[in-house]
Amino acid sequence: MGPPGMLKVEHLTKIYEGGTLALDDVSFEVPDGQFLAVIGLSGSGKSTLLRCINRLIEPTEGRITWNAVDVTQASQEEMRRIRRRIGMVFQHFNLVHRSKVLTNVLQGSLGYVNPALSLINRFPKDQVRKAYQQLARVGLQEKAAQRADELSGGQQQRVGVARALMQDPEMILADEPVASLDPVLAHSIMQYLETINNEDEVTVLCSLHFLDLVHRYADRAIALNEGKLVFEGAPSEIDDAKFKEIYGQEAERVG
Amino acid sequence: MANGNDTSQQSRLDPTPLEPKRGFKRTIFFILAMVFGVIVYAYGFDVTRVNLDEIKSETRQTQLVRVLRALARPDLLTYERVSTPTNAAFAMPCPAGGFTADEVDDDARHITVEPACVEPGGKITVRGHNFSANARGTLVQVPPADDLELRLAEFQVDGNGDFEITVNSRERDSDQPQTIRAITRENIGSIFNPVEVVLTDDSGSVSTVSSPRISKSTTDTWDRIIETVFLAFLATTLGTVIAVPLSFMAARNLMRDISVPMTKLALQLLALPVGVGVGILAAGWARTISEQLTDSTFLVILGLVVIPFLMILAFRWALPPVEEEPPTPAERSLRAAVMTIASVGGIVVLFLLASLMVTVGDWLAPRLAAFEFIGSFVASLGDILNAIITLLTALATAGVLMNLAGKLGMWMKGHLPAGFIKVFRIPLAAVAGAVLAVLIGIGIGSLYQITDPMKIYWVPAAVGGTIGLALAIRAYQKEQVGIGLSIYYIARTIFNAIRSIEPLVMVIVFVVWVGIGPFAGSLALALHTVAALAKLYSEQVESILPGPIEAVKASGATRIQTIVYAVIPQIVPPYISFTLYRWDINVRMSTIIGFAGGGGIGFLLQQNIRLLNYRAASVNMLAIAIVVASMDYLSSRIRERIV
Repeated sequence: MGPPGMLKVEHLTKIYEGGTLALDDVSFEVPDGQFLAVIGLSGSGKSTLLRCINRLIEPTEGRITWNAVDVTQASQEEMRRIRRRIGMVFQHFNLVHRSKVLTNVLQGSLGYVNPALSLINRFPKDQVRKAYQQLARVGLQEKAAQRADELSGGQQQRVGVARALMQDPEMILADEPVASLDPVLAHSIMQYLETINNEDEVTVLCSLHFLDLVHRYADRAIALNEGKLVFEGAPSEIDDAKFKEIYGQEAERVG
Repeated sequence: MANGNDTSQQSRLDPTPLEPKRGFKRTIFFILAMVFGVIVYAYGFDVTRVNLDEIKSETRQTQLVRVLRALARPDLLTYERVSTPTNAAFAMPCPAGGFTADEVDDDARHITVEPACVEPGGKITVRGHNFSANARGTLVQVPPADDLELRLAEFQVDGNGDFEITVNSRERDSDQPQTIRAITRENIGSIFNPVEVVLTDDSGSVSTVSSPRISKSTTDTWDRIIETVFLAFLATTLGTVIAVPLSFMAARNLMRDISVPMTKLALQLLALPVGVGVGILAAGWARTISEQLTDSTFLVILGLVVIPFLMILAFRWALPPVEEEPPTPAERSLRAAVMTIASVGGIVVLFLLASLMVTVGDWLAPRLAAFEFIGSFVASLGDILNAIITLLTALATAGVLMNLAGKLGMWMKGHLPAGFIKVFRIPLAAVAGAVLAVLIGIGIGSLYQITDPMKIYWVPAAVGGTIGLALAIRAYQKEQVGIGLSIYYIARTIFNAIRSIEPLVMVIVFVVWVGIGPFAGSLALALHTVAALAKLYSEQVESILPGPIEAVKASGATRIQTIVYAVIPQIVPPYISFTLYRWDINVRMSTIIGFAGGGGIGFLLQQNIRLLNYRAASVNMLAIAIVVASMDYLSSRIRERIV
């Protein structure tokens, strides 16, 4: 078991049912409070890696330890207790379109509240108050009563961030959080993640496409290519040679 | 170079050597297919007994025309009728010097007889003028001596108010002049101008009726069509309530990931019958407790106030709104004990509620006059509640015990050596399979009246045990058993089987159970609705976006929370839409379910057709057409709005 306050991934391998090798013996460590960028081409295993950490996808082999707890061996109930401390932000926001913005944010508290009462849409008052605070934090408190699909893409992703914050997370897994947004909105979302990382000391694992975002926000980066870890180090270390190794020989730098 | 180019060109553009052969084959195939088609049709004609002679037959045609005419004049309104006689004199036999009828007023309604005198039984031609257009009537001959009306013929007045008819007179010779009388029968009043008519019946009592008035057929049809619509309504709502939870079991995307360790599954299977048994026992105790209270309404109401209050307190204490740390084992068991007691209290409350509803309903019914049915409804709800409490308790207890067994399984997995579990789960699976098979055996045994313990206990136990053993050995290396997909396939199969039986057939069974009438019809339709809707719903669940499910799951939500927060919001509009669509189908279905004894308008329609009362049947059909068409329109409009 690793020391507390650290995420440790050891020999993680994921083979999908069809035989696709998505992750191939990936090992790395993330100290508490770090902003780690995960880069690589589409299909290189970034999403699979992030989802293995909170076991939305069951790893085939390997071990993930977080805060001295073996995540891969956790029972369903233990897993729920682990997941509620890991916020997740998605590329396509994954909001429930027909639900109110506030309800979407409150979903972040489902791991904490009484399951029976939550089934009839009853949340404790302090949780509701907290949900409003999180919305205020992303500047959307006046949208609380609107339906989620009435919001623009950038606003939806801010709701996604508020939902993750609702969990009082110790770690946030952000799976291409800005890939569906334009550059201006992308920076605004990344700044929220940066603030959370700096002020709340939340560990952030964020998969990203654009290298300039990696340089601008990440403390450290890891790179995947066809499921293999091909780079681990500071963003500034990614020179042209490294770039070609990560993205392939034909790739050109765009940002 | 040029040469080679040529050949390649030729082979590419000119594939003639192959073409005719293929065409020939195709032609042969086509001719064979035609011959086959003709044979199929000929056989079809034979077995469906297509008979053109019947269509051409004179009697069939007149019958058809008669029925069509009756159907074209639905018996919507009843008219009182008035008979108006118009007389003309004639002589039989001809007196010496002939006979001259009185002068007639050409402007008034009158008839003329030609010739004015005939030999007994001679032919006469009667002409009428200035009658009401299109009236019908009877032509009679009235001999002078007595007041007899001898019927000669029926006549129909034309559009100008005239008629002409030639008939044979009756042989009643007399030296006095005789009378030919044309009696027209006309409806009194019209839809736009109804008339009050005073009637005196045989006993001399006088009553006033309106003419025209709504006919008996119309009022009967109205009663039955209301019955029909509500039959469909009850069937749809009942079916929906049951189909919604079942539909999740038939949704692949929700069930696919559910897999449990073998040990846990076997323990849960063992817990199922135990849970049902304990549940039935607990319901029995609760019934005994509640029966101590039901003698006095005051005690019932007191119980209904105090017990829920205590229950809320207990649940508040046992289920804190926010859990920071996992509770200790001691805390857990104390909580479980409190919850158990509170749950028994809950069952008592349900029994008390049922009894209160029966009391209140019976008390209300006679006091509500026209709304008596509300009282009876409350009372029936109480009865239904009373009947299903035991079932609910059994299911709930089975669920709780299965949950506990699952926890035990997980605890064993965490605390006992893995090798031991691997070996231990094999006999466990065998026992679970045996128990399950014995339960099925008892069910089959009661259906086929088998009493031999060998056949209902030992053989199934052996078979089930072997299957369990085989499964366990086969899954020896596997940690998890994909129970979700098994449930999915079983649910799908059952739904498809039920769906393929028409409600018209199902109702036959329900008629045996609950008697002829709309209740049997509602139950048959409800059962079919459950299967049909569960399938439609589950397909909707399968097509929802997976993203929100992932997101809710990632926040640490339980499976049920995930369904409530990520699945249900996505499926509400299609569910409503399908439910309305189903109501539409059920209305259509309920109009004919009466043919098989299921109540509603079909019952009346069938009766009217059998009694050859086609004008009343026409009213029924009209009502069906109106209701079905308007339901169709309404449901499609509402669905458009929702989706």
